[in-house]
Amino acid sequence: MRTQNTCLTVAVLVGSLSALSAAEISGKVKLNGTPPPEASMKMTDPVCSKERGAETISSRHYVVGADKGLANVLVYIKEGAAPKPATGEAALLDQTKCEYQPYVMGLQAGQKLKIRNSDPTLHNVNAQPKINKGFNIGQPVKGMVAEKTFDKPEVFVRFKCDVHPWMFAYVGVLDHPYFAVTDKDGSFKISGVPAGKYTLEMIHPKCGAKTMEVTLADSDIKTLDVTLDVPAAK
Amino acid sequence: MTEPHHPWLTRYLVLTAVATLGLICLGGLVTSHGAGMAVPDWPTTYGYNMFFFPISQWVGGIFYEHTHRLVASGVGLMTLVLTVWIWVVERRRWMRWLGVIAALAVMLQGVLGGLRVIAMQAGLGVVHATLAQLFLVLVSALALFSSRSWMSRGSPTGTICVPRWTVQLYGTVTGLIVLQLVLGALMRHQHAGLAIPDFPAAYGRLWPAMDAESISRYNQLRMEATDLNPITAGGVALQMAHRVTAGLVLLGVAGLAWSALRRWGWRQRLSQLSVGWLGLILGQVALGAATIWTNKSADITTAHVAVGSLSLVTGAMLLLACGRVSRRLVPAASEGAQPGWDETTPGRALLA
Repeated sequence: MRTQNTCLTVAVLVGSLSALSAAEISGKVKLNGTPPPEASMKMTDPVCSKERGAETISSRHYVVGADKGLANVLVYIKEGAAPKPATGEAALLDQTKCEYQPYVMGLQAGQKLKIRNSDPTLHNVNAQPKINKGFNIGQPVKGMVAEKTFDKPEVFVRFKCDVHPWMFAYVGVLDHPYFAVTDKDGSFKISGVPAGKYTLEMIHPKCGAKTMEVTLADSDIKTLDVTLDVPAAK
Repeated sequence: MTEPHHPWLTRYLVLTAVATLGLICLGGLVTSHGAGMAVPDWPTTYGYNMFFFPISQWVGGIFYEHTHRLVASGVGLMTLVLTVWIWVVERRRWMRWLGVIAALAVMLQGVLGGLRVIAMQAGLGVVHATLAQLFLVLVSALALFSSRSWMSRGSPTGTICVPRWTVQLYGTVTGLIVLQLVLGALMRHQHAGLAIPDFPAAYGRLWPAMDAESISRYNQLRMEATDLNPITAGGVALQMAHRVTAGLVLLGVAGLAWSALRRWGWRQRLSQLSVGWLGLILGQVALGAATIWTNKSADITTAHVAVGSLSLVTGAMLLLACGRVSRRLVPAASEGAQPGWDETTPGRALLA
């Protein structure tokens, strides 16, 4: 019994120490260039029209905030991080006002993904991975929740609703927890990263990807400012 | 002995062919709206028996997919009726078996449609679309074979001698249309929207770049409002193949119409039908261009599918009708004598 307690104490101490010594990467992703206008879409479901009120539906390819900060960029360690089993709580992909929320999200391989229908109308959830196993499920009733997992890393897995063709979202599946998605101002923060040398990737569904090398010492707080370009029409 | 003619059977077969064309149009609407997977279960619809699925829930993409399933059930039933009807009244054994093949084809078609949804295999959608076109040709051919002119051992083309090489040309061009419809089905079932968004140029060039960097740029530049799959090099190549085959079909049909007019004149029915066929192909080319210019508007795209089906049926019926009266030109037996026509007609022997 005493040995067990000692082991537990040591494990907690090691865990706390590694958490204390873990580094952090934060920063901002900005958009360079003027994005084309978003495409708008006619709603074909009266329930969606009612749910959204005066709000129209349009694509969300470029969500640009103050100071040209670009939202919906998945920032993650592409190389250098050891795979880690998922321990965190389930992530949520919501269908609300006939739109996926969030539009871009990160998920750990093996982590539970809750997919919820918060609309008083039918949705189907059609996940279309290339590496993982796809699925297409119906959620005809408001409040329905389905739980799914993906086993292998894959950036991005696209989700779509065939009932409402304007509804699509992207989920980046990774084999470690070192990722973040930029918020409406383009800011991101990845915490708890062990010291080491890494390749960091910033990927956006339209702007594509950019990588950079990052070296972190214990308890480092690294701030990065990255710019992604609007694709040039050649 | 002349076979008895059953005018109501002919009318029913024509009606089934029209219903099948309507069903193909509905299928076109399903893919045009990207709604093929809007109902994730089969043969049920969101857990309901499909015939009792509440109308209030026929929303968005479900409306197209569910309507397609219901009309398909109707066409399936019509086909089973025609199979029994033909079996009961027909004395021509091959005609009876063609009726049975129609029943088997419609059942296979239903299962393929269901499997496409359950197995989530876009490839099955291509087979489903192609079989639909072939089924339409089969039902139309049954209608032709049961028609009064065919039963009286004549042909809708009238009493003319059609050289066999002409029949072979009709066959080749009809085969090209089948190929063109398969290419079209492959494009549609990629659900990638327009792999090439401009026409007559392709990304501003005569032949578009298909390297990985260019494909990535095409995807980045596209501002899609719907859930389209990414553009691939294969998709771009497919659309180019579709354009080239369209040019070949147009040339082939124009050549056959011109040849028919020159040989038999405007009053001959074969000439009129061939010119009508050319009209369909010209309309189809215009609809193909409009599909691109309207960014794949669902109505235009579906009209493109419908006129494609009509072009195939017209070609296939012309081929059968010409084959019925085809002759081989026999060289002159002796110097100074006139060449003549071989009176054995393989088409007649086969389908007598």
